[in-house]
Amino acid sequence: MFSKKGLLLTVMVFVMAASLLFGGSAELMAEDVTTITVAAFPDQDSGFNAILDDFHEKYPHIRVELEVADFDDHHQSLLTRIAAGSNVPDVANVEIAFVGDFVNRGGFENLSAEPYNADRFQEDIIGYKWAQGTNEETGNLIAMPLDISPGTLFYRRDRLEELGADIDDLQTMEDWIALGEEFAATTEEDNRWLFADAASVYEMIRRAGDYQFFDDEGEPIITSDKFVRAFELSKEVRDRGLDGNIGEWTNEWYSTFQEGTILAQPSGAWLGGHIQNWMAPETAGKWGVANLPDDMFIGWGGSFVAIPEDAENKEEAWEFIQYVTTNVEPQIGQFEAANIFPSLLAAFDHEIFEEPSDFYAGQNVRALWLDAAKQIPEVNTNRYDNIAEDIVGDALTEVLENDKDIMQALEDAEQLLRRRMR
Amino acid sequence: MKSNNNSGISDKFRLNKKVAPYVFISPFFILFLIFGLFPILYSFFLSFNSWDGIGQMSFVGLDNYAYILTDGWFWDSVQTTVIIFVLTTIPQHVFALTLAFILNSSYVKFKDFFRTSYFLPYITSAVAIALIFDVLLGTRSGLLNAFLIWMQQLPPIEFLFQTFQFDLPARWLGEPRLIRFSIAGLVTWRFTGWNMLIYFAGLQTIPRSLYEAARVDGASIRQVFTKITLPLLKPVIFFGVTMSIIGNLQLFQEPFVLVGGAGGTGRAGMTTAMYLFRTGFHWRQFGEGSAMAYVLCIFIIILSLVNKKLFSGGGLNEL
Repeated sequence: MFSKKGLLLTVMVFVMAASLLFGGSAELMAEDVTTITVAAFPDQDSGFNAILDDFHEKYPHIRVELEVADFDDHHQSLLTRIAAGSNVPDVANVEIAFVGDFVNRGGFENLSAEPYNADRFQEDIIGYKWAQGTNEETGNLIAMPLDISPGTLFYRRDRLEELGADIDDLQTMEDWIALGEEFAATTEEDNRWLFADAASVYEMIRRAGDYQFFDDEGEPIITSDKFVRAFELSKEVRDRGLDGNIGEWTNEWYSTFQEGTILAQPSGAWLGGHIQNWMAPETAGKWGVANLPDDMFIGWGGSFVAIPEDAENKEEAWEFIQYVTTNVEPQIGQFEAANIFPSLLAAFDHEIFEEPSDFYAGQNVRALWLDAAKQIPEVNTNRYDNIAEDIVGDALTEVLENDKDIMQALEDAEQLLRRRMR
Repeated sequence: MKSNNNSGISDKFRLNKKVAPYVFISPFFILFLIFGLFPILYSFFLSFNSWDGIGQMSFVGLDNYAYILTDGWFWDSVQTTVIIFVLTTIPQHVFALTLAFILNSSYVKFKDFFRTSYFLPYITSAVAIALIFDVLLGTRSGLLNAFLIWMQQLPPIEFLFQTFQFDLPARWLGEPRLIRFSIAGLVTWRFTGWNMLIYFAGLQTIPRSLYEAARVDGASIRQVFTKITLPLLKPVIFFGVTMSIIGNLQLFQEPFVLVGGAGGTGRAGMTTAMYLFRTGFHWRQFGEGSAMAYVLCIFIIILSLVNKKLFSGGGLNEL
């Protein structure tokens, strides 16, 4: 006969065994598929979406959930969550404008260390991009390069033909300004311009060279010749009436693309996707792409992926990052989906770079971008980059709108910037 | 038996009459503690520290306050805020009061329709507003400029534009001196209806007998408005203006959607609230941002006190 106590014991043993069995299998199920969150901004999400099916097929134990917010919101909420240390995504997509800030402050895993050992991929990835993802002091890789974006000049092929100009003759800013004068003279009205906004001349030049706003010691270089020239040329374009004074991402800006009222727009290669997909799809065949004037080869956009220190599934996050950044297939997949230009050198040999594009009247623009990408120097990043961007941009407005003396504007800006570097 | 049992159980859970009210109002206070009081105190604490959002905080005493009070951009933003405040608060209240008075009079039909129409902008989403105003205020494709160019054909108006050196097409969202008018216009459009409702409610508390007595005495509409309506509405005006001070000095959303987070050309649209947001969340200087929030708070308190001095007293109680 079982005693009461014995009965209780038996029941308990059964219950425990059962729970072990069922609980164990439930645990196994959970271990089977780990869901990781990847936080991204548009249009990077289109790139990720295009390759997720392949990823899930090759890595059945991982499920990726995309978290998309618009550009500013994405970076801000990322920062807030990392600061709070909770609800952080497993993989964080960081754009170039924010990367200097993020990699130099902490909060992210050191990818150079165990168990990631990302340095073994250094040779495979385009050099300047790798440098931007590393911490200035330690030299450790914090943010893995995902994509780059060579700066390029989108120009209206049809307008150049009307003016009888040959794109090969347009090598310097002075050449473009002269052609802009001709273009503006074709009409009495003020609706033919070289660029939509004179500030884009500055935007192009400031990104050129080995240093952007700061030298390697972190000293601001915004009174250097580069910035003086950027300001002078912007001002010249404005003073000659060669720009429409039209801000980017406004309805009026889109209509300059649709109506061909501007000759050219300097930007990152990613702009091509926007023009083609929604800004001016009906202008197919009227566009051409050229290298930036004065042999400038610059990075204009591009992004990184990093793992926050407080992420829950770091191992799986790293598997995902390795997949998207070090394999040709997903790199090309993202490029096809949304003009997200590969940062993996091996992807440059892909046949997609030999195909001409109808939108550019049969020009092989991808090969041109590829060639430009290879010539971009190693530009440094700095934790105060986005403050400098605001301050120098504001100084340019003073020059363009209020005729402030260029050197004075730059010196004032430097003073303001130093004050804010605290 | 059964019912006894039930009441026995529920007795256990029955709240003490003294405790019950506090339990019932606790949801508000719990939410307020988490989302209201905690951030207020925490940002006060932050304003004495230097913090980038991720790394270590370090105590810097009053450094942040000294920094912002000597910061040119901060004072620029205060100036912008005050200009927009003046440009919007005065028309808002003048329009609101006038509209409320007209709507409250017996001449107007379809009162409900008008009341709803004027209130509509207040509940419209900021994104929709941004889209509409982009279409209205565009330089070359904007409706406002198209209308002004058409108006310019009339010689007197052309003369007026020439005297003020007002060139068309105007860059409403591009030229620094116009950006503030554009923002003030949007804010006025949005909040006039809200103020109108307040004034309308205030007007309805004024006894009809007063108006009737005035009519018997042969008072004109203007006299009725200035001698009866305005003095009796004084407490309501005080309330409305106070709300405007609090709201408009913290102006953020409207300029943000119109000219973007950087404040537009020459930062002409960068209000103090936008600047502190940019300092904190874009430049990641949370200590400085928090200090700005507290300085702004002090400005609001001062202005509210001045307002109290101007408008205190009056109303039905003093009759």
